[in-house]
Amino acid sequence: MIPAQFDYLAPTSLEEALAALAESDDAKVIAGGQSLLPVLRMRLNAPELVIDIGKIDALRGVRDDGDALVIGALTTHHELLNDPLVAEHALLLTKAAHELADPQIRHLGTFGGALVHADPAGDLGAPVLALGAEFVIAGSGGTRTVGADDFFVDLFETAVGEDEILTEVRVPKRSGWGAHYEKFVRVAHQWPIVAVAATVRLDGGSIAEARIGLTNMGSIPLRARGVEQALVGASPSEDGVAAAAERAAEGTSPPSDLNGSSEYRQHLAKVLTRRAVAAAARH
Amino acid sequence: MAKISLTVDGEKVSDEVEPRMLLVHYLREKLGRTGTVVGCDTSNCGACTVHLNGRSVKSCNVLAVQADGAEVTTIEGLAANGQLHAVQEAFRECHGLQCGFCTPGMIMQSVDLLNENPHPTEAEVRFGLEGNLCRCTGYHNIVKSVLYAAEHGSAHSEGAQA
Ligand code: FES
Ligand code: FES
Repeated sequence: MIPAQFDYLAPTSLEEALAALAESDDAKVIAGGQSLLPVLRMRLNAPELVIDIGKIDALRGVRDDGDALVIGALTTHHELLNDPLVAEHALLLTKAAHELADPQIRHLGTFGGALVHADPAGDLGAPVLALGAEFVIAGSGGTRTVGADDFFVDLFETAVGEDEILTEVRVPKRSGWGAHYEKFVRVAHQWPIVAVAATVRLDGGSIAEARIGLTNMGSIPLRARGVEQALVGASPSEDGVAAAAERAAEGTSPPSDLNGSSEYRQHLAKVLTRRAVAAAARH
Repeated sequence: MAKISLTVDGEKVSDEVEPRMLLVHYLREKLGRTGTVVGCDTSNCGACTVHLNGRSVKSCNVLAVQADGAEVTTIEGLAANGQLHAVQEAFRECHGLQCGFCTPGMIMQSVDLLNENPHPTEAEVRFGLEGNLCRCTGYHNIVKSVLYAAEHGSAHSEGAQA
């Protein structure tokens, strides 16, 4: 399968990229291309212009910024997976990156690209939501910051506007928190039917704080706030968290498709939440 | 058209290509390096795996223009001085293939895996090959081949993959 024809630009600065975006009314930004190329090849989209931001080195890498980590949009999944700062302060991202796609895709696919693509079955949405990340978005008028709760708008739609580029994601440090990403698939490297991202802080042998994100339980990633509240004070075993996990599907209306019905997904969310929280508490 | 210059299997090449051309088509149709094959064409099977700047990628899911300035290694660039790479040798030794269609990609991914983790466990091998599908072998002998290469890898393999 071959994409439809397009013009191609590979700017080396963010300013150039933003100017090119503003000038065209039918442009797509490509980073690693691991989400966009399948779309172009299946001709689900056929933009006139593709702007390759892969050569803008300023958008790459992870840095320590006091109480937050700043992850450049072009950081690959492979870099994320192996970054010691991420493992120390945002273990949930390390865990999710480990489950994301396969090694070849992780080598090219980018953190920012996957988030802006906003596939409801994508593996990074629920973790960034659970971690309370902030998104730094650049446009020709300057940059703005959007919180995780406002970033995901709808299926394949985020707060990033037509003429804007996501440059970095600020993740508040949760040093010492346990984390786990529990993904349910039928075959290897598949999109999750449902997945649960859990990160917890223990205090004196019980759960002091928990943050839970759900993947593929709706058109955007969701926080399981009922579970989070119910987990406070719970004992961190599977039995201890089971009652709280029962609330995982509250308020959700997941899709029905060939992989499972809406009811099945709601059932999965509870089971996977129980497993994810218990595993998070062990790490 | 866009102009690209890159190194493929140690050879410098320059071409004018359509921006929409996929790297795998560039390798096969422009350069005649048909050792890299297209299995699924949907970035699932890994048969088209090559190394881009030393890391494995699925060349059906990369534009040729994205490889501008890069170094690409295909299955055809693995053997050095007429000697098979240790992983190629291991696939032969352990019968790690039947029809052979997945093999170029399996080998390229296995080389990447061993570069990162020279002494993997069996579970790590299976996880590291999760992006590569085989319709014939049931994977057993492929995993055996990778473990064999890890055990018997020679200095030669390091040199060929530098
Ligand atoms: S042909 Fe590229 S992944 Fe199957
Ligand atoms: S040997 Fe036939 S597909 Fe793997």
